[in-house]
Amino acid sequence: MTTVARDPVAAADPSPTPPTRPAAGPSRHRYRAAVGFAFGAALLFAVAPLLLSDFRLSLLAKYLCVAMVAVGIGLAWGRGGMLTLGQGVFFGLGGYAMAMHLKLADAGPGNMPDFMMLYGQLDELPLWWRPFASPWFALPATMLLPMAVAFVLGSLVFRRRVRGAYFAILSQALAAAMVILLIGQQGTTGGTNGLTDIQGFFGYDLDDPVNQRMVYFIIAGTLLALLALARHLMQSRYGELLVAVRDSEERVRFLGYDPATVKLVAYVVAAGMAGLAGALFVPAVGIISPALIGIVPSIEFVIGVAIGGRATLLGPVLGAVAVAWARTALSERFPGTWTYLQGLLFVVVVAFLPGGLASLIGLARRRDDGEPRPSRFARFRPRRREGAA
Amino acid sequence: MTVLIGQLFTGVSIGAVLLLIALGLALTFGQMGVINMAHGEFIMAGAYTTYVLQQVITAAGWSLLIALPIAFVVAGAMGVLLEMLLIRRLYARPLDTLLVTWGVSLILQQLARDIFGSPNVQTRAPELLTGNIALPGGITVANNRLFILALAGGAVVALTLALRVTPLGRRIRAVVQNRDLAAVSGIPTARVDRMTFFIGSGLAGIAGVALTLLGPIGPTMGTNLIIDAFLVVVVGGIGQLKGTVIVAFALGVLQATGEYLTTLSVAKVMVFIAIVAFLQWRPQGLFTLRTRSLA
Repeated sequence: MTTVARDPVAAADPSPTPPTRPAAGPSRHRYRAAVGFAFGAALLFAVAPLLLSDFRLSLLAKYLCVAMVAVGIGLAWGRGGMLTLGQGVFFGLGGYAMAMHLKLADAGPGNMPDFMMLYGQLDELPLWWRPFASPWFALPATMLLPMAVAFVLGSLVFRRRVRGAYFAILSQALAAAMVILLIGQQGTTGGTNGLTDIQGFFGYDLDDPVNQRMVYFIIAGTLLALLALARHLMQSRYGELLVAVRDSEERVRFLGYDPATVKLVAYVVAAGMAGLAGALFVPAVGIISPALIGIVPSIEFVIGVAIGGRATLLGPVLGAVAVAWARTALSERFPGTWTYLQGLLFVVVVAFLPGGLASLIGLARRRDDGEPRPSRFARFRPRRREGAA
Repeated sequence: MTVLIGQLFTGVSIGAVLLLIALGLALTFGQMGVINMAHGEFIMAGAYTTYVLQQVITAAGWSLLIALPIAFVVAGAMGVLLEMLLIRRLYARPLDTLLVTWGVSLILQQLARDIFGSPNVQTRAPELLTGNIALPGGITVANNRLFILALAGGAVVALTLALRVTPLGRRIRAVVQNRDLAAVSGIPTARVDRMTFFIGSGLAGIAGVALTLLGPIGPTMGTNLIIDAFLVVVVGGIGQLKGTVIVAFALGVLQATGEYLTTLSVAKVMVFIAIVAFLQWRPQGLFTLRTRSLA
């Protein structure tokens, strides 16, 4: 099942011509990208704050956090072929690290967070909470903790060539295990409620709309930075190697590269992005809970990416924001309808439009960027079936 | 000693449930390589079938017995429908199948919510299955757990026989081992796929009937089961049933032991770590079917 790449049919398949790398003119690309980023920055920093009310702006901040996770998924899944159904774990690790710090800061030095007193099982702060009192530990931890978990799991799994569906199921099981652990340790993690009612953000009162606006600007800036990083990775030699691993892992191995390391980098970077997103989600929304990071939200991160166009740079971001917006707009008034629509989106987009909406608009058609065109990976991984059918 | 045996039985009965819910997957995922995330909703369909039948036939024992074949057919028919409408088009893209069937599972869940309401519903267990049996040595075992164990055993035996001796089983094995050669030999592979899917999904329906004995039925019950079931098949190895059987009971005992020593949540995490460690040793699962088809 997972050893498809050895399929001799793949060798005979004429389609995977390697994307031609532009021989000249990186300056033109840089120019175009710079214009794109300037446009995005203007949109996020000037147009949105001017047009949207405070409430809508804080919603947009939340959507942009989801979009950060989507950038990582686009890298790992769209470019690397690793369908990770457990990004909620990394989102949650980042979110909880941040929330723990903010809870401790809210409580003041020497005090315990309110919920611990409420459950009343503890006399003092648990040992593993203590380092989070320091921002110098908590802030790096929001990224390093998820990256460390991804590194351990990824290096174990990829080195043993567990891939494809097996990897997807394992990553999903990780999300399940994480949620069960969080709920089970109610006294120290807040259980099902999670960490709620976060008041301050490094000395700024989060109830103040001005400070909410500041949080929005931080999030928008971070998203742009992550997009720049993702673009850099995708355009580099590494990015091509990643696509090559996705399309034919065995061939890359025969060429002398180690596919496990290539995949590991993308997976760890995606985990770091999700962790950062979780960390910024907390001040934007004021809560982190198991319901936000379990199996269901983890797979919902993926649908935005699929809709936008999994292998493109901007597709995942736009798709994630669009799905999150549609959810808010629809689920308030017609909760049932939204679930049907979401299910239909999964079915229709993934089955009949694997390149996402980007393949319709033509965002991904820019061949000279080395972007793989959707039609090519729409039928990636030829399997034993096609001969018979 | 008594504690030990008691724990062992708890583990075995958890294993029996795992086995029942994973058996259908062992067929659809293990044999055909289709990742059907809606499998959990087929289990749910089986459970709701039992519930509906109990509204019609009030004698709990009879309705349960009648529910078994009907749930098999209901879930199996849903599976065939899914195969014909969607999965058939996606055989070359296993990961996309996963996402598409997840979408189907969302739709089915909402359908259940609209038909039966969001709150969980409960069925009455037949009186015969409500008590306990006291074994010598002070061990008591619950009747419903014994029934599920027997049902799981029966399902395994029936499935094994079906695969070994019936013409359909022979064709299924042929298609699994070498699809092209089977097609060349005149086996209608598309029809065999559909039948395999029917049986695999039908087994989910049977599992659903059994689960009504253990707890309430709700629209989201499938989501909680599906991952455990997939893990069993992944660890057990594809293409053969014995891996699934062994791993289901092994994970059941492991979880029961972990629960006894620590807590439920820690036990679940322990099981996950054990699975990752196990896949280090055998990345293809416990048993793999070695075939000459290079897929």
